[in-house]
Formats: sequence, structure tokens, C-alpha cells
Amino acid sequence: MDNFKDKVFNLLNENKVVVLFIVLCIGAIYVSGDPLTFVVRELFARIGRNGFMVLSLLIPILAGMGLNFGITIGAIAAQVALFWVVYWGFTGIEGFLLTVAMATPIAMLFGWLVGKLFNTMKGAEMIAGMILGYFADGLYQLFFLFIIGGVIPVVNETLIIRGGVGVKNTIDLTGNLKYALDTVSMLSLAKIGFWVLIAILGLRLVLRLTRKLEGPLTSDLLLLIGAVAIYGLIQVPAIEGFLATDRLLLLDGVIIAAVALAAWQVWRIVSNKIIRRDEDFSIWGPLAIIAACVVGYLLTYVDYVREILVFVEIPVATYLCIVLLCVFNNMLLRTKLGQDMRTVGHSRVVANVAGIDVDRTRIIAMMLSTVLACWGQLIYLQNMGTFATYAAHTQVSLFAIAALLVGGASIQKATNTQAILGVILFHTLFIVAPQAGTQLFKNPQLGEYFRVFVAYGVIAVSLAMHAWETRPKQVVPIKVEEKPEVGVAGGTSEGE
Amino acid sequence: MRALREKLSEIYENLGLPRIIIIGFFIVLLIAAVPLGLSVPNLLGDAIRRWAMYGILVLAMVPAVECGINLNFGISLGIVAGLLGSTTAIEMGIPNPWTSLFAAMAIGVLVAIPLGIGYGILLNRVKGSEMTVSTYVGFSVVAFMNLVWLSLPFKSGTLIWPLGGRGMRNTISLASSFGGVLNNFLGVQIGDPTQGLYVPTGLILFFMAACVVVWLFLRSKTGLAMSAAGSNPMFARASGINVDMMRILGTTISTALGAIGIITYSQSYGFLQLYNAPLMMGFHCVAAVLIGGATVRSAKISHAIIGTFLFQGILAVALPVANKLLPGTNLADVMRIIISNGIILYALSKTKEGS
Repeated sequence: MDNFKDKVFNLLNENKVVVLFIVLCIGAIYVSGDPLTFVVRELFARIGRNGFMVLSLLIPILAGMGLNFGITIGAIAAQVALFWVVYWGFTGIEGFLLTVAMATPIAMLFGWLVGKLFNTMKGAEMIAGMILGYFADGLYQLFFLFIIGGVIPVVNETLIIRGGVGVKNTIDLTGNLKYALDTVSMLSLAKIGFWVLIAILGLRLVLRLTRKLEGPLTSDLLLLIGAVAIYGLIQVPAIEGFLATDRLLLLDGVIIAAVALAAWQVWRIVSNKIIRRDEDFSIWGPLAIIAACVVGYLLTYVDYVREILVFVEIPVATYLCIVLLCVFNNMLLRTKLGQDMRTVGHSRVVANVAGIDVDRTRIIAMMLSTVLACWGQLIYLQNMGTFATYAAHTQVSLFAIAALLVGGASIQKATNTQAILGVILFHTLFIVAPQAGTQLFKNPQLGEYFRVFVAYGVIAVSLAMHAWETRPKQVVPIKVEEKPEVGVAGGTSEGE
Repeated sequence: MRALREKLSEIYENLGLPRIIIIGFFIVLLIAAVPLGLSVPNLLGDAIRRWAMYGILVLAMVPAVECGINLNFGISLGIVAGLLGSTTAIEMGIPNPWTSLFAAMAIGVLVAIPLGIGYGILLNRVKGSEMTVSTYVGFSVVAFMNLVWLSLPFKSGTLIWPLGGRGMRNTISLASSFGGVLNNFLGVQIGDPTQGLYVPTGLILFFMAACVVVWLFLRSKTGLAMSAAGSNPMFARASGINVDMMRILGTTISTALGAIGIITYSQSYGFLQLYNAPLMMGFHCVAAVLIGGATVRSAKISHAIIGTFLFQGILAVALPVANKLLPGTNLADVMRIIISNGIILYALSKTKEGS
């Protein structure tokens, strides 16, 4: 029993930030009196909008470069590309893909430059990233206010300030890129997925024929049969009709997720217990998850829950991107590059001895993060539908990093789960804070200031905690007998 | 010839490329102002006014760097203390501008001292990442004070929104309290009022007095010990100096100077700026002292004086020049962002922190 108590205490202690914010969120929702239907709908819109950006922070943390305040620069790359695509008049998903194609090389270049700079100031990446963000903002303003129209001739009355020099404050994306990604239907996604799978299988077949890949064909064949079966299934009119929409009702989403999760757990039990006969495998974990799925499914029949679930629709394509990024973050850990990054993150000296090119690994981490942040900003902007030319990128790093930290991440360790949890908690607070301020103090402004304070405060506390725990330990023992207050342990070691 | 070249390269080494660019830029701006039909005395007067106005805020960087906490991005702590002092002084409704000014400073410093001590203790715990932490501590304090400005139960009509609004105004006029009191003390107008040069003697004297006080302090036994603690903590500890104590002292002095600095600034500007106005002010102060020749590890009073003059001089001259060249744009503002952050980035890249 004591053991259990300790466990619970440890769990609470390790996740105190998360617990604090859960309490804060519940309190704020209760005080605000906002209907849950409204909160949940707003929340799911915001997860889709901001999730990708928060997830883009994980790789630099893995590589030991701390919180990447330089994601502002990825956002800038996205916005530069976005402007030109809007100016050239491309629309819809084609326009969006063109923006991605154009923004990615820019972001890679920027990321490479940032990585180079960070390599000259190792250990000070975070402060450098902050200042770099502001510096890049200055250059961005110079480009958008004076070079576009001033040096590069651009003629467009809706985009350019009257007088012909400089871009207007806001660019309306309605009719060109608004919801470009959100409105990709599930049917198209399924078809794209099918053709991608076929292409991969074809590639594997070619590799097999040229004897570069060995092993039995069965798994490939099974995959192919499965894919074709699903492709056949989506030709059925009823299913086709269901998939032709781009938004998924949260109710359907929950049911699909519950069924899929339960099926996966069943598969785990079957494969581990019956096929491989693994003795160490405990079936209680999967069984608990299955039970949770069943409970979750039954909950959808509760009127109150159902009312919320029917009220919320999620943009499938955007959520798929977020899931894919989570998968990518996990897969990266299994590659050599990911392991190199982890080693570099633990200790640059050890990595160096192990023959890892530390500088190169760090640059790659920065490039990946910058490109992902760039895509994240594009997802954000296509969902917002208005592009505030001079403001859209300025708060990106503040809110993304605050969200990540609220989820329980630290400066050395962050996971997908923490990122998503953080987005949920942080944005719940954002949604209800003004109303809570109104209810509590008759002043909505107070709630708004409070949420901004939370964003800054949580970053300040995390940075301080991190520095507190990891300050240089190499204390030179100097015995000064006459002055006992001098030889305090854990003192400074700043001397070069 | 060779000696000259060596001398030049030595100057180049000492100044660094960004500073040479900034000085060159300043000179170019001044030259450009003449054909554009701008009054050079007027511009110069503006530059001098801004120099003395920002001077003490920048001066606050010197004890911070000297005591070893590096560039004090958290000067916003002192700034909000000063703003709190000013608003309290206005609330008290002191009619005499001088009394009002000194009341504001006294309250500001009184608030700044405990804040500075706490901040110093925090910075002692986070040695090695002071700048990263202080930046966000500064931001958080400004964000926290937003809540305070909204909730303080002040009654004075100049402070709160009219018509029953809640909380204090964004900008508070100092016309009825201590606005311009230092500027106008012994002020001298050279030439005619619109084109000529106005010398805010009182403001300059006050700035110089502050410099002298800090200079005297740095020459004192405590001051020397503090500098030693900052430049070589291990050596300082070996010679029996309490390094942590010295760092707290330097941080507190810096914070108190920040409080005095913002009051000096506000009285010259004529308004108090609350809410998010102080958010980026720390960056400008840091940039100014770096332009003057300071580094992350050492700063002199002369750096603060020269740096503020160059930085504010550029802004004072660039604003009208940019307005003549490209009317209706904020080119000067963009230049300020690029210059200030560029110089900070340069200074950071010159210090090998960590490994």
C-alpha cells in the first residue's frame, strides 16, 4: 500500500506542472461559465491550427539545443513563400502545395544558417534564438515594407500599400488559400494513401528483383491485399459518400479511434501471446486499454457527452499531418540520425569521441525544426484565413514554447504526448481566460493579460528551473578557513 | 605608413565591424540631412535630448555587467518599479514638480531594492544562463504588471480611464506632475525655437551626476570587489570576496538605476507608458551599451555614455531623414530593430559561453 502511495506521489510530483494546469483549466472553465460545446469546438480548431508548430520544437530538444526560439524564422520562410503564391494568384490545395514547395527550400536555407550560427555559440542557443528571432523580424519588415514594391516591382492593388511600396498589414486568404489543406476530403486522402502504398510496394519489388532486399514476400502481399480491399471498399457508394466530406464529426472520430485502438491492442495480444508465445508479455496493459476504449465508446451514449461530440468537427487532412509528424518524431528516434542527435544532446564530448559529427548533426536538427515550423505556420495561416503580414510570426515562438512546457516538457526532454497535452491545456486556458476574467473581476482585459502572463511566466520558470538544475558543477574546492561563508558548494565556475 | 596601417587595424580590432558600420551610418545620416533641408542644430538638439533621456537606463547596464550577471535583459524589473513609484507619486497629488519627481524616485528605488535583491538571488541560482533567464523574467514581470496596472485602486483622474473605466490608462500625462521638470531646469535655447538647438541642461546634469555616482561607487572598495567578483569569480573568492553577495549588490544597483532611469525618461518624454511599453526597452538599453563598446563581460561608464549617444543619435537623425526620403513609413523603426538586435547577436557570438 505504501508503495502505491509513493507511486502516486511520485507521479504527481513529476507532473506537477501538468496537474497545476489541469486544475487551473478546470477552474477557469467552471468560473467562465462558457458552455463546454463552445470550449471543445474552439479547442479542436486550435489543436489543428497550432499542434504542428508545437511538435516542430521536439527535434532540437532531442539534439540538446534547448527550446528552439528560432522557429520564428521558419514562420518567416513560410510567409515569404505565401506572399508570392497569393500574388501569383494560385488557389486551393495546388496553391498550398506550391507554397510548401517554395517555402521548404527557403526554410532549409534559413535553418542551415541558424544551425551554423548556433554552432558558434554552443550553450547559448536559446538566448541567441530569441535575439535572432527579433533580428530576423527586422529584416523581414525591411523586405516586406521596402524591398517589395521598392526594389522588386510588384503591382497589385489589394496586396500593396497605396503608393506602390510595401505590403499591406493584412492579406485576406479567403478565396485563395483559406482552408486549402483543411478541405482536402478523406476520399482523396485515402486514394493518395493507396497510391503511395502501391508505389512503396513497387519499389520494394524492384529492390527484390535486383537482389538488394531479401526475406519472405508474405507481408508485402498481405499489405497489398489489404490496400486493394480498402480501395475496393471506398468504391462502395455509402462509404464513398461518407468519405467525400473533409470534416469528420468528433463523434465518428471518437468511435473510429476507440475501435482502431482496441483492434490494435487485440492484435498485440494475439501476436505476442499466441503467435510468438512471449512469456514476459503481460496482457493486463492492453486489456486495460481495451476496457478504456469500451468505456469511451459507452460514454458517447451519455447525452451530455454526445451533445458535445456532435457539435465538433475536425479537419481530417490537418489532423493527419499532425499524426504523421508524431510518427515521424518517433521514427526518427529509431534511425541512426536520431540516435546521433540523442547522443549529441546528452554530451557533445561523448558524441565527438564516438565519431559523430556534432556540428553537422546539430545543423540537421535545426534544418528539420525550421522546415517543420515553416509547414506549421502554413497550416496555421490556411486555417486562420487572414495573414497579418507583420504580426503573424512575432508571437509564434512564445506561444508554441509555452504550450510545450505546460504539457510537462522540459528543456532536455519532450515527447509527442507532452506537446499535444500542452496544446490542449494551454489553449483551453486561452479560450476561457477572457470570460473567466469577466466573471471574476468584471474585466475581460484582465483575463487576456493573465493568459499572456501565463505564457511568459511558464517559460521563465522553466528556464530558471533548467538553469538551476544544470548549472556548472565543477566547483574548485578552495579552503578558506577564516571565512566560512566563502567555500559554499555549488558556487560559480564562470572563469574561463 | 606601416604604423598608420597597424594603428587602423588595431582600431578595427577594437571596434569590430558592426560598430564601424554603425558609426559610418551615423555620419552618413548626418551628411544626408543637410541636402534634405533638415536643420542640423535641431537634429543635434534632439539627439542630445534623447541621449540624456535614455542615459541612466543604459547606465544601469554597467553595474550589472561588472558584477558578473552579464547583460541585464531584466532591467524591466527596475522599469516597472520606477513606473510604480511614478504612479504612486501622481496619486499622492503633490503639486510641486520637484517634490513629485523626488517622491517618485524615492518610492521607485524603495520598490526596486527588494525586487533587485530577489532577482539577484535568483540569478545566483542560475549561473551560466543569466541572460536567457533574465530575458523571460523581464517579460514575465511586464506581463504580471499588466494585471497590476488594471487592478490598482488608484483614484487620481490623470491615472485612470475616464467615465468609470477600470484600471490605469496606457499613457499618463505628466503635465500636472513632474513632466519636463529636469529638461527645463536651466534649459538653454540656441537659435530660434523651431530650427535651433535646445539644451536640456538639467537633464544632462542629472545624467552626469548619476554617472559620477556610479563611477565613484565603482572606484570604491566595494565597487572594486564587485568588479573583481564579476571578472574572475574564482580569484575573487580566493581573495575572500563574497561573490554571490557582490552579484546581488550589482543586480540591485542596476535595478534601482533602472527605476531612476525610467522616471528620468518619462519626465523628458512627458508621459508615463504603462502596460506593454517596457517589454522591449531592456533590449534597447543592452544594444546601446554594446554599441558603446561594452562586451558581455565588461562594461564601462564611457561605453554607456558613448553608446547611448550613437544609438539614440542615429534614431534621432534617422527618423526625420527617413521621413523625408520615404514619407509615411517606419523605416527608422525597422532600422532600430535591425541595429539593436544585430549588435546584441554580434556581442553574443563573440563570447564563448558553455563549451
